[in-house]
Amino acid sequence: MTDVPVLQVDELSVSLSGRQVLDHVTFDVRGGEFTGLIGSNGVGKTTLLRTILGLQRPDSGRVLVSGTPLSPRSRSLGYVPQKIVVDPDVPMRARDFVALGLDAHRYGLTRRSPPQRELVEQILHDVDAERFADHRLGSLSGGEQQRVFIAHALISRPKLLLLDEPLANLDPRSVQEIVALLHRVARGYGVAILLSAHEMNALLPVMDRIVYLTGGRAASGTTDEVIRSDVLSQLYGHHVDVLQLHGRVLVVAEPGQDNQDIPQHPTLTLG
Amino acid sequence: MHVVFEFGFFTSAPVRTALIIGAVTAMVSAVVGVFVVVRGQSFAGHALTDVATTGGSAAFFFGWSPLLGFIGGGVIGAGAMDLIGVERERRRDLATGIVLGTALGLAALFLYLDTTKGATTGATQQLLFGSIFTVDPSTVPLVLGLSTLALAIVVMINRPLLLSSLSAELTRARGINVRGVGVLFMIAMAVSVGLSSIAVGSILSTALLIGPAAASVRLTKSLRASLIVAGVLGVATTWLGILFAYDSFYWVPSSQGLPVSFFIVSLIFIAYLMSGLPLVRRRFDRPRANSVGASNASTEVLKAVS
Repeated sequence: MTDVPVLQVDELSVSLSGRQVLDHVTFDVRGGEFTGLIGSNGVGKTTLLRTILGLQRPDSGRVLVSGTPLSPRSRSLGYVPQKIVVDPDVPMRARDFVALGLDAHRYGLTRRSPPQRELVEQILHDVDAERFADHRLGSLSGGEQQRVFIAHALISRPKLLLLDEPLANLDPRSVQEIVALLHRVARGYGVAILLSAHEMNALLPVMDRIVYLTGGRAASGTTDEVIRSDVLSQLYGHHVDVLQLHGRVLVVAEPGQDNQDIPQHPTLTLG
Repeated sequence: MHVVFEFGFFTSAPVRTALIIGAVTAMVSAVVGVFVVVRGQSFAGHALTDVATTGGSAAFFFGWSPLLGFIGGGVIGAGAMDLIGVERERRRDLATGIVLGTALGLAALFLYLDTTKGATTGATQQLLFGSIFTVDPSTVPLVLGLSTLALAIVVMINRPLLLSSLSAELTRARGINVRGVGVLFMIAMAVSVGLSSIAVGSILSTALLIGPAAASVRLTKSLRASLIVAGVLGVATTWLGILFAYDSFYWVPSSQGLPVSFFIVSLIFIAYLMSGLPLVRRRFDRPRANSVGASNASTEVLKAVS
């Protein structure tokens, strides 16, 4: 593994229709690391991921993938977008969607070679999707679909996998399964993971690093370095407490603080 | 009591032309139609048939080939829909509706002019509902050429098209020009609609585009199987429709044949209804995935890392 981080986000600023969403955001993701991109809804996580992918133009700053600027056609990034709604009537098996990860960008007819078909089987096995590989994609549960989307993104062997809120709308058991699965494939495939979530607790056991996003600004480092009262208070611009409770982390603002990024009620978690 | 294959069915030149044109256009419609159904663009497909009506009725008025009018109208309509924003999901229905309304208004004008010019309502009947027995055999090569064009477009873009139907964002992230792929597909759709307009009429070409495809996606689990089933259904219903229409000459005392498009569209509808029956059975057959084993394994991993 080289010393060059697989992803460098350097002083990145992005505006959407005149509103500044990201303000000089800087962080690195190193090869094979599991990084959680944590922030409440609407804080700019999707915009950040889209800018990394080259789908959104930054005002200033730059994104380097393995030390070089990302070209639009680069496939060194795997991506699982937030919303893929598949109609149950679409005639496509889970296996077909995974195979599309290999050659969706190719034009014309090509026959998938035996090694390619083996690769599809292998990756279906690696994400525990064999049981429903021949079912229609649209008939699968949310957790099952996430496995298929992850397999689709992984099959081209990217160095970095970006996942936009893959745990949203999943039941608690599926959340645990998907987190464990991502941790396993990150190790097994040597792929770095940058995963956005509005709730960090499910990720605490597996996160190597955290990028905490609020008000357009980010703090990054290990969980112990970032999820601290002084660091987050500075990021929020007012005092917040970080509470540890049965291995869970709660970020709590003082009642009466007028900040939309943080819950007013102390029993709510922010993460 | 007369036999189904009435003497002369296969030796009649208009029937032979009809069988060839019917098969080719049904095949193209079925293939394009499967993607239309997968992309959820049935409404856009129907709007293209209305724009094709405008083109066909204008071509008739100016004395041009109705086929080129159908296709030209469709392509112009596809372009207009793209400009208004057919690819942006929220604006898609809006763009379609605006183009459809405008096109039908123009079609009303041209159809009025067509009927007053020739002092006949035959033009309206022919343009809207088709007249496959009166197609000039000299247009067969043109039909074959245009069919090849539409199929070639779909074959070329099939994978980017499929992925962009499921997630435009994911497709863009892979460096694929989603809008370009969408425009190419709209052109293939316009050509396909124009071709089936001469078989079943411009208004009814929706049926040939959507019907076999809608039935096939209920019956199959993979895209390739859907394309094959849709093609077979399209050709079978078209040929049967032609046969029934030819025979219908002897069914009623007036010795007046009934319109081909009526039979084709009815057969497609029956095929669609029947496709629902195995679907129900298969839905019940489908075993629900049991994820208990995987869950235990994942919990082990979680314990190991924490």
